[in-house]
Amino acid sequence: MPSFKRIAAILLRQYYLLRGSAARVVPLFAWVTVDIVLWGFITRYLNSVSHAGFNFVPALLGAVLLWDFLTRVMQGVTMAFFEDVWSRNFLNIFATPLSLGEYLTGLVTSSIATSAVGLVVMVLMATLAFGLSFFVYGLMFVPFILILFLSGIALGIFGCALVLRLGPAAEWFVWPIPALVSPFAGVFYPLSVLPTWMHAISWLLPPSYVFEGMRALVAHREFSAGLLAVGGGLAVLYVLLAGWVFSRVYRRAVRTGLIARYSAETVN
Amino acid sequence: MSDPVLSVSDLNKRYGEMPAVDGISFSVGRNEIVGLLGPNGAGKTTTINMILGVLAPSAGRILIDGVDVARRRREALARTNFAAVYAPLPGNLTVYQNLRIFGLIYAVSGLRQRIEALLDQFRLRELRNVKCGVLSSGEQTRVALAKAMLNRPHLLLLDEPTASLDPSVAQQIRALIQEFARREAGGVLWTSHNMHEVEEVCDRVLFLSHGRILLEGDPRSLPRQHGRRSLEDLFIALAREPLAPDVAEHA
Ligand SMILES: Nc1ncnc2c1ncn2[C@@H]1O[C@H](COP(=O)(O)OP(=O)(O)OP(=O)(O)O)[C@@H](O)[C@H]1O
Ligand SMILES: [Mg+2]
Repeated sequence: MPSFKRIAAILLRQYYLLRGSAARVVPLFAWVTVDIVLWGFITRYLNSVSHAGFNFVPALLGAVLLWDFLTRVMQGVTMAFFEDVWSRNFLNIFATPLSLGEYLTGLVTSSIATSAVGLVVMVLMATLAFGLSFFVYGLMFVPFILILFLSGIALGIFGCALVLRLGPAAEWFVWPIPALVSPFAGVFYPLSVLPTWMHAISWLLPPSYVFEGMRALVAHREFSAGLLAVGGGLAVLYVLLAGWVFSRVYRRAVRTGLIARYSAETVN
Repeated sequence: MSDPVLSVSDLNKRYGEMPAVDGISFSVGRNEIVGLLGPNGAGKTTTINMILGVLAPSAGRILIDGVDVARRRREALARTNFAAVYAPLPGNLTVYQNLRIFGLIYAVSGLRQRIEALLDQFRLRELRNVKCGVLSSGEQTRVALAKAMLNRPHLLLLDEPTASLDPSVAQQIRALIQEFARREAGGVLWTSHNMHEVEEVCDRVLFLSHGRILLEGDPRSLPRQHGRRSLEDLFIALAREPLAPDVAEHA
């Protein structure tokens, strides 16, 4: 049975670290704010030059907002994990009754809190400054956010596994993962512009379903709830898969002695 | 003696071809302080890491309070705690914050009072709101020990707890650990390279070399039994020539 106290311990640690640490708090909203400002003006410009009557704000600015949310969720998980990497805390934390499930749940819960900060700031910014209206998406906004949240969690846990496997320097692998995924996920353009081989990858990515669905809603085209459900199913699957990969990597680290001697980076 | 708090049988760890721990068996009883001695690289830390469940043995079994670490990890580790020089608590958190977080992880009941009591016991009250990263080595050791006592462990593992402490603080730490073994009915497994300390504190010592136990016994009578003047002499003899006839014949 998972212990609420143990999960709370991980959360409390993040709270202590965030409290009064500008280096940790500012990135929760600063970069996403910059993104919203940038794309806010880009959409404004596009609206002024295109005479098609197409409104870029919900299609493009909304997509950037949702994508940045996924990124924040992922980084919320990896950021909490990196705290243990940076403070060389693995031995202390894993030589306790804490289970992997509790540990990962703690990371995920803390990501809910930190990514919510970014989301709120982005929504305020996009609606107040650039007139983005969430009524266009209607209730579908909820499953959109949920699927992107799960995708962010999956990427985050996978990123943690990568760093646990390859050592602290693999952080540099982890930060650009969202940028690597975004061309396939159709954040900025419909999947129809992509060559067919890229489609195959796109349909394996839950965010693609969200962004396609979102564009359908905005353009008042037919919106398929069934397709969105597929995206949701995939997202759940990836969260489970990421958890499985992390536990495999962890078990290997316990076998090779890496948990006890993480500074060695790789122990064969 | 009642059931041991720690019982290790045929424990083995190899890294590739190299055996770091090579089939050792021993136990630690209640109220007993057992010293794990041996030259650098003998396998002491490796043994402790396996008991802590952060290193998987290649073979063998570890029971804490009769609970198998490999099978019922959570239950076994809930009764254990440790302090080691190479595992300081996160330096970016204060003494109190660290104790609170680890207290929650160990699901300590009445945590607030427990922390207050430990702050007094380890003379940490003034350091309560100081970040662990700025503490001196001796102060960090005291915090690590306070953390190690949070859950009133039945088994306390200490890897060179007094390394880098001044003689007076080291003496106080020894007294605290002895008091723990006497009062809390816990068993202690302790590594140290300070033979005088070992003689003073340990009820029994295990001498490890190349992953095997060469000798076991009372640190006060062992040297004489092997024709050595002191534990330090015996250590040096064993470390340099682990199979020297005068020592090995008794082993
Ligand atoms: N993950 C690992 N991979 C390969 N070899 C390892 C690993 N961990 C430890 N070793 C080796 O195992 C041996 C035992 O190391 P251990 O740390 O247990 O020694 P020790 O008795 O604690 O020594 P010291 O007194 O110096 O602390 C050493 O030769 C060490 O190099
Ligand atoms: Mg050691």
